[in-house]
Amino acid sequence: MTEPNRAGSLRVVVDLNRCQGYAQCCYAAPEQFALRGHEILFYDPMPPAEKRAEVVRAVQACPVRAISVDVEGLDPRAAF
Amino acid sequence: MSAAEAGIFVVGASLAGLRGAEALRRQGYAGPLTLVGDEPHLPYDRPPLSKHVLSGELDADGTALPHLVALDAQWRLGSKAVGLDRVAKRLRLASGDELAYDRLLIATGAQARPWPATDGPLPSGIHTLRGRDDAAALRSALAVGPNRVLIIGGGLIGCEAASSCRDLGLPVTVADPNPTPLARVLGSSIGAVITERMQAAGVDFRAGTQVEGFEADAAGRVCKARFAKGGEIETNLVIVALGATRDTAWLEAAGLMADETGLACDGACRALDARGRPAPGIYAAGDVARTPIPLYGGRSLAFEHWGNATAQAGHAARNMLAAEDDQREYHHLPSFWSSQFGVNIKCVGLAEGADTVAVVQGSRAAHRFLAVYGREGRTIAAVSFDEARWLPAYAERIEAGAAFPPILGATDQSIKDTGPPGFPEPRSR
Repeated sequence: MTEPNRAGSLRVVVDLNRCQGYAQCCYAAPEQFALRGHEILFYDPMPPAEKRAEVVRAVQACPVRAISVDVEGLDPRAAF
Repeated sequence: MSAAEAGIFVVGASLAGLRGAEALRRQGYAGPLTLVGDEPHLPYDRPPLSKHVLSGELDADGTALPHLVALDAQWRLGSKAVGLDRVAKRLRLASGDELAYDRLLIATGAQARPWPATDGPLPSGIHTLRGRDDAAALRSALAVGPNRVLIIGGGLIGCEAASSCRDLGLPVTVADPNPTPLARVLGSSIGAVITERMQAAGVDFRAGTQVEGFEADAAGRVCKARFAKGGEIETNLVIVALGATRDTAWLEAAGLMADETGLACDGACRALDARGRPAPGIYAAGDVARTPIPLYGGRSLAFEHWGNATAQAGHAARNMLAAEDDQREYHHLPSFWSSQFGVNIKCVGLAEGADTVAVVQGSRAAHRFLAVYGREGRTIAAVSFDEARWLPAYAERIEAGAAFPPILGATDQSIKDTGPPGFPEPRSR
């Protein structure tokens, strides 16, 4: 089973029911999270692995804890 | 391993299946765990498919879901479950394989409702949108630059797809039998705001319009659609967005209470057999599961909501591991979000069935407001257009069964804009 060209990517998801548009993630990881219009959050669900520090900072900065990322140390390919 | 230890099988490897499996591990289940999925892909997130994937900002293979605990599971992906023998406790896959299980979590979700069968094959160029492969195919078709995209159905998927098509600069027509888009979920009073957003974005919205059929060119590709009330439109790319049916066909011979509206469950998320009794060791969660919702009078409802998939999967997993006399009832406040035409829409509660809707913050004219739905003097739902921070306060009042309108005196304006919500008649089955 292959997931093309994405080996090593992080996996991120935001619970957009929880998200209140505080935009702290956009400061913590500006290349991965952006606010559009008044409160539409656009984010990259599969950022490159070298962005882990920024993404983890975004997870921690979120006031409503809406961002989830792969459990640390879990290689996405290890799911198989 | 003894033959008796087949372990827990999670059937369905999307959001509910993944979160259910994780909840089992998190709550201490250490036995064998197998996830069975009909698609060849690891669990991925669907909401971006009708938005950023169609617009080309994300690749269809770029929305894989994070794994929140180490699952230590067997994955059977690309393996559609086609049958269930509850007596022998065996699951049959499309490959012909039969797998023994001890307990089941059913999370097979739903599939896009196809265009109704007609005589002869459908022309090419007619799409539905549900999975990652659908999104990839549709994205490729949009990138070619169709002369006009016709979207049949102005529900959430139809509206989001229309928004993405306009982002791409493509001419778009949306045909919907109701007076406005989103009429079934939000009523036509609020839906009228979406009509305005659509028109401002250059969408040709056709209210009260049903498509009757298609015409194909010499190459077998769709070139026209005919409207039921007469007239036709030239289009070479059609998106059929008529909602979803629950994926229960594989349970046909399983003796469970299942049809296209879902697999009926009791309040503890236990699947019900044909006589309405909980089937031992079989639970369900996510889009496929129809469970009684205490907040709405115990009505048995299946939600196609992201938040329900995660919460219900966690709840079902908890009950799976609990004793017979410790089965807890699932309490859920439905909620969903959508972004389209530059607006963030968030809804809590079930607005359908409301008799009144009141705009309590902002205004519809500004396209930025919070509206509350009431039924028989109770607050049953609230929707926000770019006013999300107010929503949690209303969610609490809805859960508490508060009077309508709620939170009087806490608003920055008097409630002037109150009226009937304008829901269409219920669909006849």
